[in-house]
Amino acid sequence: MQDLLFYVFAAVALIAGFLAVANPFSRNPLASALFLAVALVAVSGLFVLLHAFFLGAVQILIYAGAVMVLFLFVIMLLDLREEQKRRARKVAAGLASALALALAALISAAALAGGGPADPPALEGGARALGRALFTDFLLPFEIVAVLLVAAMVGVVWLSRKEAA
Amino acid sequence: MNMEGILALTGWGGLRWVGPVELFERGPVWLRDWAVGWLPEGAKVWAEGLIPAVAVLAVFGLLFGLATVAERKLLGRIQNRPGPNRVGPYGWLQFAADGVKMLTKEDVVPRSADRVLHFLAPIVMLAPVALSLAVIPYGRDLVAADPRCGLLFFFAVGSAAEVAAFMAGWSSRNKYSLLGAMRAIAQMISYELPLVLSALTVVMMAGSLSLVEIVEAQSGYWWGVIPRWHVMTPWGLAGLLLFMAAAAAASNRAPFDLPEGESEIIGGFMTEYSGFKYAIFFMGEYFGMFAVSGLAVTLFLGGWQAPLAVLEAAPSYGWFFLKLGVMIAWFIWVRGTLPRLRVDHLLNFGWKYLLPLGALNLLVAMVWRGLGGWAFPGAGAVRWLACLAMIGLPAILWGRLLMRSRGWGPRVYRYAS
Amino acid sequence: MITAHHYLAVAAMLFGIGLAGALTRRNSILVLMSIELMLNAANLNLVAFGRQAGWEQGSQAALWVMCAIAIAAAESGVGLALILAIYRHRRSAHLDESPPLKG
Repeated sequence: MQDLLFYVFAAVALIAGFLAVANPFSRNPLASALFLAVALVAVSGLFVLLHAFFLGAVQILIYAGAVMVLFLFVIMLLDLREEQKRRARKVAAGLASALALALAALISAAALAGGGPADPPALEGGARALGRALFTDFLLPFEIVAVLLVAAMVGVVWLSRKEAA
Repeated sequence: MNMEGILALTGWGGLRWVGPVELFERGPVWLRDWAVGWLPEGAKVWAEGLIPAVAVLAVFGLLFGLATVAERKLLGRIQNRPGPNRVGPYGWLQFAADGVKMLTKEDVVPRSADRVLHFLAPIVMLAPVALSLAVIPYGRDLVAADPRCGLLFFFAVGSAAEVAAFMAGWSSRNKYSLLGAMRAIAQMISYELPLVLSALTVVMMAGSLSLVEIVEAQSGYWWGVIPRWHVMTPWGLAGLLLFMAAAAAASNRAPFDLPEGESEIIGGFMTEYSGFKYAIFFMGEYFGMFAVSGLAVTLFLGGWQAPLAVLEAAPSYGWFFLKLGVMIAWFIWVRGTLPRLRVDHLLNFGWKYLLPLGALNLLVAMVWRGLGGWAFPGAGAVRWLACLAMIGLPAILWGRLLMRSRGWGPRVYRYAS
Repeated sequence: MITAHHYLAVAAMLFGIGLAGALTRRNSILVLMSIELMLNAANLNLVAFGRQAGWEQGSQAALWVMCAIAIAAAESGVGLALILAIYRHRRSAHLDESPPLKG
């Protein structure tokens, strides 16, 4: 059943991710954002299958809850209706996507050919171990991220003031 | 009572007589095991997940119906009118009539609406809320799922409501819907912080993210009388008040029901919904209220624990649902009492009042734990009062300061003479 | 049997999709979204490796993923604010038409 769930989540993540960046049905950025939310939720399902329950919950909480809402708000604020009609440059787009997909195929072929150990040990620990590590060994990265978030917040508030510049 | 049938239900542990206390306490679990026992081996895994899910949905579906009637009756009582009293005994079957009405109504979709999103929005609203009901422990061993970070799961699935509100508001192509969605999202995001902060205090003191363990941390009694619920401590009391204020806003209940303020923006993001889709939104809202009430009961009011040792004979889920009922009644009472806030007042209240006090409450909980070592006579009372002063005085003073800087004096009522 | 390598393959494909999107789309919001997708693929890689290595290293992987998620949130916040600010000047969210970055 876990295998089945892996294929389901992987397929949903890949299909929704594809539809988010290149939707053949609509060029509306809003549809892209919603598909991206679906892909992120599917990735969180993959996290849970890897026994990273805490990360799965954090992923949904931050991405689906906060980041995607931010995207939706900005898309709603910029009235992008005329943007939809433009056409992409075909040659460059084709070349770029072919390159990217070749890269993906190369890496995934290498990964699949490797064939890992059959059954990795089950992860134990969860929030308690994470919290302990976060405030001992990982204190410096934690503090740096905190400072970064404050800086980002100040920057965003400054940038989005109405009378800015 | 048919004792043979009861014995058959207990099946697993061999035949034995059980008293009524154990029968009611263990009954639901036995019923599940008995039902699963009938199934073939392959289906058992699925059934063990499905049966609790169906049970939770059935119980809360019924509770949804009863709560709508109870709300209308209680609001009626508050407003000096009888409320629904025609269908069934004392009007308690009104919800069945309402359900039939909702089902038979025409489902109107605006011509310019985005049909797919318009259809999906109620589902995205209801499904995560129903998921969040799974991690709440309803009684001893009576929980649909107990992940290690149940509380985080609860808040994570709860955040899907914002996306649902956006989908509903945007897909309707109606400016009132869009305004309502903007209000709803701004409100939900800003009130999620105090909600999580006051829950975090409990997590810190109980030392676990699992809701089952949080309930177990509240077992026992001080001096054999006062239950060791978190609400019996100063930080727990303050936490419960902060949590309920934030919960009312996060579940869009009055007095924070601006997203659907019917006198200002018609129906908010639900303006263009009718018939069964509207009913599902309504249901999602009530389920959200049940979920946060259940979480408040679990975090602060001892979950399924009985208030007195002698009362533990009553089944544990009975205590849970009694407390849940009290919480729902509180929500209804507040709705009947307080007028709706203005949108800037709402955001100020969340960011400038609830959030600092939530952070302060976290500090108070730390002090409470630090003072636990005191051993002179009367230490308990001193500790209690000191911690209460630490959170209570700033709450009052900060509130007054905010009111003064906004230029609000105490309200003066002039009655018609 | 699903091994960590299957997850790596999924992550690689997800990264490829994100990369293609970031290179081809000209709407700046979509480019940001593609970057989010690539970051997620990297996170998936980290978690898969962490699972493979057992919990001691696994919790380190989880912590790096948490840092990455926080940084991604900050990045999208700043990015969207920049897009808004640029949009106010140019009435466009297109990368080709973004202002030449001088005075």
